[in-house]
Amino acid sequence: MREISYRDALKEALKEEMERDERVFLLGEDIADPFGSAYKVTLGLSPIFGTDRVIQTPISEQGFTGAAVGAAITGLRPVVEYMYIDFTTMAMDQIANQAAKFHYMSGGQAQVPMVMRTQGGPGRSSAAQHAQSLEAWFHHLPGLLVAMPATPHDAKGLLKTAIRLDDPVMFVEQKLLYNTTGPVPEEEYTIPFGLADVKREGTDCTVVATSMAVLKALKAADLLAAEGISIEVVDPRTLFPLDMETIVESVKKTSRLVVSHEAPERGGFAAEVVAQVSDRAFDYLDAPIQRVCAPSVPPPFARNMEDYVMIDEHKIADRVRKLVQGEI
Amino acid sequence: MNDRKIPEDLTKDQLLAMYRRMRLIRGFEDTAQRLFENGEIGGFLHLSQGQEAVPVGTCTALRPDDYITSTHRGHGDVLAKGCEPKYMFAELYGRTTGYCKGKGGSMHIADFSQGIIGANGIVSGGLPIITGVGLSIKMRGTDQVAVCFFGDGATAEGGFHEALNLASLWQIPVIFVCQNNLYGLSQPFSETAYDCDLAQRARTYHIPGECVDGMDAIAVYRSVKEAVDRARSGGGPTFIEAKTYRFLGHYVGDPALYMPPEERKAWREKDAIAKLGTQLRAWDYLTEEEDEAMAASVQAELEQGVEYARSSPIPAPEEALDDVYVHFDYAGNPR
Ligand SMILES: Cc1ncc(C[n+]2csc(CCOP(=O)(O)OP(=O)(O)O)c2C)c(N)n1
Ligand SMILES: [Mg+2]
Repeated sequence: MREISYRDALKEALKEEMERDERVFLLGEDIADPFGSAYKVTLGLSPIFGTDRVIQTPISEQGFTGAAVGAAITGLRPVVEYMYIDFTTMAMDQIANQAAKFHYMSGGQAQVPMVMRTQGGPGRSSAAQHAQSLEAWFHHLPGLLVAMPATPHDAKGLLKTAIRLDDPVMFVEQKLLYNTTGPVPEEEYTIPFGLADVKREGTDCTVVATSMAVLKALKAADLLAAEGISIEVVDPRTLFPLDMETIVESVKKTSRLVVSHEAPERGGFAAEVVAQVSDRAFDYLDAPIQRVCAPSVPPPFARNMEDYVMIDEHKIADRVRKLVQGEI
Repeated sequence: MNDRKIPEDLTKDQLLAMYRRMRLIRGFEDTAQRLFENGEIGGFLHLSQGQEAVPVGTCTALRPDDYITSTHRGHGDVLAKGCEPKYMFAELYGRTTGYCKGKGGSMHIADFSQGIIGANGIVSGGLPIITGVGLSIKMRGTDQVAVCFFGDGATAEGGFHEALNLASLWQIPVIFVCQNNLYGLSQPFSETAYDCDLAQRARTYHIPGECVDGMDAIAVYRSVKEAVDRARSGGGPTFIEAKTYRFLGHYVGDPALYMPPEERKAWREKDAIAKLGTQLRAWDYLTEEEDEAMAASVQAELEQGVEYARSSPIPAPEEALDDVYVHFDYAGNPR
């Protein structure tokens, strides 16, 4: 199969959906050519679809999110881009009180088919206002769906689905994933929301990981395999809806669970997985469930401090090793 | 241009200090650019070559106890208010001696001891904050003033409008200084608003608004000085749009394909530093030799600053866990 980048996979999804459905349009800052958006996902789309469908907005996150909500409830299918997930804060009322609530508040009358694409995560010394991982906020909001693809394949399939769904979707990309490559079929495909993917099968411990943490978990799996420890890496792909079946089945098989993400540990998505597993698979567990996440501090600037707080394959492998060897 | 007329409202020393600060800023930015391109420093680097006249003209009208807020493109603003290159370089290197102990980096440099409330990574982030600074000045009954630096791009954010309304409502000693460098990232300002007359927009909030040549430090000074005098004597807020230009791309690494070469060339010819240098020589305030000596001293200060940063201690990685709370450690244990 051909290999393409995460960035190009997303671009293809946008392009195909815009070709398929003329109600789909893009809205965001600096998304038109020649700049083509901060991480270049939309580069090349404005020449094809024109600036009437690749609408570059002033720096006005609250404004363009509200515009997307308004367009969505009146029959269009906007895809907005927040340059950084950190800037969703500027639009929080429109996201949390409007987009997420319209369907419910209107007794099911209104639909809000909009996708909010953004990216988060550390790794480039971007510091406290440009490197956060805020997915847990959105995951907490009834009315929103949250996707977090880790691979080019998942990025494309999930984005196409997100655009076709009639619910608002927070679609969280990761800045260091854009240049990663992987197999993506030429032919049309979509990936349903709420379907986890077992990225690697194993027997000794389950690692549930999201976004960049999936790649780190796969590296940890290689490190541990050399020591004779076999881990199963489960990527939920969408935080909500969440495929607990796949996670629970895996835990039943391995009897151990580590949950990992780049976001700070406190109140993170991992806590939800831990709670649900303890609820549904408590009797199958041979050891306490562990979280490998960032400590609950803002992303620091200095490279060595940032490295210190970021998760990596060694942190995941160390924890799994301790679990499997009965040290926890 | 009336180069022969010697200003009466600025002393020779003040003018020379302005000139030196502008060169210091230019040199700081050029140096930072080189260090970034060499891979010595990381993160984001939004440089302000071309815009020096605005912060320097503005801060010349301020007192040490006055306040400023700044933006992602804040090096020039904080240098103009009094930051020292060596601690700024140390911050860019992520060292413990940096203004923010290596936790902030370029976009978050702050020195509260000099009223420098900080650069800010969020476009328009400083605008609502300045209203609180102004309110606090008013409530504490001092005669300080607060300057909010922000870009043209910020004027499309909700926070801009809310801040202008509050400043007007509360009649607080705030001066809004918009550094209109014609672009917000890749977007020409003219394509982000139907009516680009910002001073007019401010007047709709009943805030006196003025547009000034941001490539002329003396003109900026005069405009801000008038606003400062009004603010100090209880006359409320002022809005100043300074028309300027970012000589380079949005950040280091941006090829700036959206900036027409002719436009860039034309603005380079309006370089505010060259302009003031010419004026100073015309007024016999500066000889050729003094000019060169100044350039050398600026260069030396910057080189020493870089050396200071390079030889400063790297923070222990665990310092990442400090400074999250005042009363607790990051995990919630009382101190
Ligand atoms: C809320 C928010 N939205 C978007 C960005 C990304 N961004 C950083 S600087 C910038 C352009 C700002 O333009 P302007 O205010 O004119 O300042 P300039 O860069 O020209 O100094 C953008 C879009 C941001 N940092 N914060
Ligand atoms: Mg600008």
